[in-house]
Amino acid sequence: MIMQAATVNYGNLFNITLPETILEVVSLVVLVVDLGWLRKSAQATRMGVACMLGVLGCVGALFWLLVHPTAVSVDGDALVATPLVAAAQVGILLLSALVFLLSIKTEFSRNPGEFTAIVLLATTGMLLVTAARDLLVIFVALELLSLSLYVLTAFAKRSAQSAESALKYYLFGGMSAALMLFGFSYLYGLTGTTNLTLMAPALSGGTVPLAIVALVLVAAGLGFKVAAVPFHLWAPDTYQGAPAPVTALIASGSKVASFALLVAVSDGVIAPFYSANGNSWIVLLLTMAIGSIVLGNLAALAQTSVRRLLAYSAIAHAGYMLLGIAAHTPQSGAAVLYYALTYALTTVGAFGVIGIVERSTGSDRMDAFAGLSRRNPLLAGTMLIFLLSLAGIPPLVGFWAKFNLFSAVLRSASAGNWGLALVAAALGASAISLYYYLQVLKRIYVLKPTQDEPLHVSSIELATLLLIALAVVALGLLPGMLSAWIPLG
Amino acid sequence: MLAYTIYLSFAGALMLAFLPRAWNAGARFFALAIALAGLILALLGFIAGSGQSTVAVADLAWVPSMGIHYTLAADGISRVLVLLTGLAAVAGVLFSWNIGTKDGDRANEFFAFFLALIGGVYGVFLSVDLFLLFVFYEIAIVPKYFLIAIWGSTRREYGAMKLALYSFAGSAMVLIGLLAAYAVAGSHTMNLHELAQYPFPVSFQMWAFPLVFTGFAILAGMWPFHTWAPTGHVAAPTAASMLLAGVVMKLGAYGCLRVAMALFPHGLDPWGVSFLGIDSWRTVFALFAVIGIIYGAAVALVQNDFKFVIGYSSVSHMGLVLLGLLTLTQIGIDGAVLQMFSHGILAGLLFATVGRIVYERTHTRDLAQLSRLQLGKAMPFAAWLFVIAGMASMGLPGFSGFVAEVQVLVGAWQAFPWFAVVAGVGIVVGVAYTWRAMQRAFFSEAWAHDPSAPIPEYEPITWAEKAGVFLLAGTSLLIGLYPRLLLDAITPAVQALPHALLTGGHQ
Repeated sequence: MIMQAATVNYGNLFNITLPETILEVVSLVVLVVDLGWLRKSAQATRMGVACMLGVLGCVGALFWLLVHPTAVSVDGDALVATPLVAAAQVGILLLSALVFLLSIKTEFSRNPGEFTAIVLLATTGMLLVTAARDLLVIFVALELLSLSLYVLTAFAKRSAQSAESALKYYLFGGMSAALMLFGFSYLYGLTGTTNLTLMAPALSGGTVPLAIVALVLVAAGLGFKVAAVPFHLWAPDTYQGAPAPVTALIASGSKVASFALLVAVSDGVIAPFYSANGNSWIVLLLTMAIGSIVLGNLAALAQTSVRRLLAYSAIAHAGYMLLGIAAHTPQSGAAVLYYALTYALTTVGAFGVIGIVERSTGSDRMDAFAGLSRRNPLLAGTMLIFLLSLAGIPPLVGFWAKFNLFSAVLRSASAGNWGLALVAAALGASAISLYYYLQVLKRIYVLKPTQDEPLHVSSIELATLLLIALAVVALGLLPGMLSAWIPLG
Repeated sequence: MLAYTIYLSFAGALMLAFLPRAWNAGARFFALAIALAGLILALLGFIAGSGQSTVAVADLAWVPSMGIHYTLAADGISRVLVLLTGLAAVAGVLFSWNIGTKDGDRANEFFAFFLALIGGVYGVFLSVDLFLLFVFYEIAIVPKYFLIAIWGSTRREYGAMKLALYSFAGSAMVLIGLLAAYAVAGSHTMNLHELAQYPFPVSFQMWAFPLVFTGFAILAGMWPFHTWAPTGHVAAPTAASMLLAGVVMKLGAYGCLRVAMALFPHGLDPWGVSFLGIDSWRTVFALFAVIGIIYGAAVALVQNDFKFVIGYSSVSHMGLVLLGLLTLTQIGIDGAVLQMFSHGILAGLLFATVGRIVYERTHTRDLAQLSRLQLGKAMPFAAWLFVIAGMASMGLPGFSGFVAEVQVLVGAWQAFPWFAVVAGVGIVVGVAYTWRAMQRAFFSEAWAHDPSAPIPEYEPITWAEKAGVFLLAGTSLLIGLYPRLLLDAITPAVQALPHALLTGGHQ
């Protein structure tokens, strides 16, 4: 029944997977350079060289994606290359490069080579997840991504919190991976194929109770990856315990890859399934969405740790995006991706600032941010832009992403009944979200600093953060800039 | 020309934000220059536009695939309100002249937030694209928070957060209606004039109108959503109170007229059922407006904090604006727009007197304490100023408030006779609270028990304060004596409103 076996085009496969190959090769090179030549060098040099090599790897893969004409993909391929996939992959590579740039000056790890290599492996996993259209490849790619992230979460070996959060992340992740695999096995048993595109006609045949069970199990697995309620429990602890750059990676690239996969799954499986089985799957998605929006926004109100606050806000943002998945039109799929990419960009910036403040004050509590605008006005200014964008204040990009997403949801035919009510709920909840973002900004701009001396930031970190802030503003002023990859509207 | 009011303000805000901190003292001069340039542009635009219905200002495709354009244009109403914004901006800088005289004032940041707010307000009044209007509307929210939270006084963090959350909740309501209208009309245009042509189903208008109207009216201080206004005004630094009452509350009323009423005129139609005489959203909101007029005035009558008196009087005066809009008559809406202008000027003057001229010298706003300070003798300038501003505010003929209130009441008399009577009572209460505050703050006999008490000495009135006073009081007098200056611009613009809107008075 596996039909593509006869028609595999190895040249095409090589073309499609060349970015991943580049990342793999660079990750080996990094290990050789770091453990071979630089073993005796200073810690700072080793971290700098390793991270710059990581950036080079990402840029190399990016370069290939940009200059290379879109590879041909046919129904039945395990990996596809479409404009949307390319957009997600370009975004993921950029995000990983930014994470490397923000890691250069960090001191949590004494093993820079391994750190860089594993981040590159995680990035490879993300790229594969985005392109995969076959259940087996999806699972393997997701596991590559997840296992890399578990290791990275525990990378601050001297921090007990880091180890604890990694264990929680791993236990939840392992459980949900098992559930998802179980669901995949049902889907395979029902349809006789592991390919999403080929699976669609088999699922649209009629009502199959077992298919609902299968999709619930798959939803558990994917819900874990995007931290949607009720599979969100790992997120606050992991966001808090992991080293700052790793949290940035979990909150950005991993989110983008997971949502790209969700869009693909909803195209291949949900749409035909919806027409055959009524709205049971939609109800499931909507329950997860509204639960995430409400719980994320309300729980964030009570946080005193900025990392946990952003973790709960991430849950809320995942809820908004799930609304777009539930609408399952081509526009809403593109809108979800646009949202995920711009959200990820903003979050990387926010965790960059958190990492810097943490290194200086030793804490990620809100009070550690007191008076930041007087200690370092530029750093404070970038955080202002990031948080306001997350709150959805125009003219920053977060507002456009929300506008585009919600208008796509409202226009979806299947959203006729619930669309308006849920969009209204989501907008109401995002009005609440301004409160907790302003709590952080109040510390930064209004309160007096506890330490008076200026906070020094290395030029490379400041430049990276300014670049991200500039992108957030520029994309907000000219939201059509990405339309070559992701069409708006 | 008018578009440069927006660009200039934002450019000024950006430059101030990046200015080195050592230039603290120069920030106010820079801000004054920007505000003056904005006022001159607004004035030139106002004069150049006289005799024309709508002046196109800019039109660029912004996000063509979503039908969103960067379209600016100014009809008579916009030109009047842009002029008001220019005046309020200049007066605001003049009355903030003490910021930047000490280290640690953070004057750069203050004027950066100030100009960013002004830029957003200019933008709202000039936008024709609904989406653009909303963007500018939200841009105006964030600077308000920081202006109050950083430089404010009484319970500033509470007041600032309350104001920001009310504003944001209101704008979320607006956004829901706006998204729904955009989706229903086919998602290919956001132009206000084109959307107003679209025949939205009446059932849709029946829920979209109250939603969007309430969303905007929250910022206009409509009872029962007004509670942010007094706390916000009291907590804010003088310039921010002046802007809040002077222009930001006008944003709300402007949105009610331009968006809610113009897009969904059938939302004002009768429901077909009547409950205690309430038969449409129009009556509901008119009732809220009238309650606001009476309630604001009555609460102002018993305040002990001088600034709360002015804060609640703003709620009362904005009730008149909303009532005027809901009359759906030519004269009522004319009066409402004129009242927006007039209240913008007079509220600015009153807040400046109380918050800057009196409070900065006496360091108290408590009427009982002020009554022992013989302010009428110690500060004759402030006393006379408050007499003039108070008279103008209570609607004395010869000042702008009179013309506006008469027009609103005439319009209300045609549409809701009973409400007009009640609103008239509210105006009488307005006389009472103004007299009471004036008497207790400036002309109290409380010191007479000890006639030997020396008259306290205070710093002399600065040139900046005088300049601001003459600007605002002079404008109010000019408009009061010759209201046609503004009415010639407002009347044609009101006549050009969608036809369905203006038929309400003749039912």
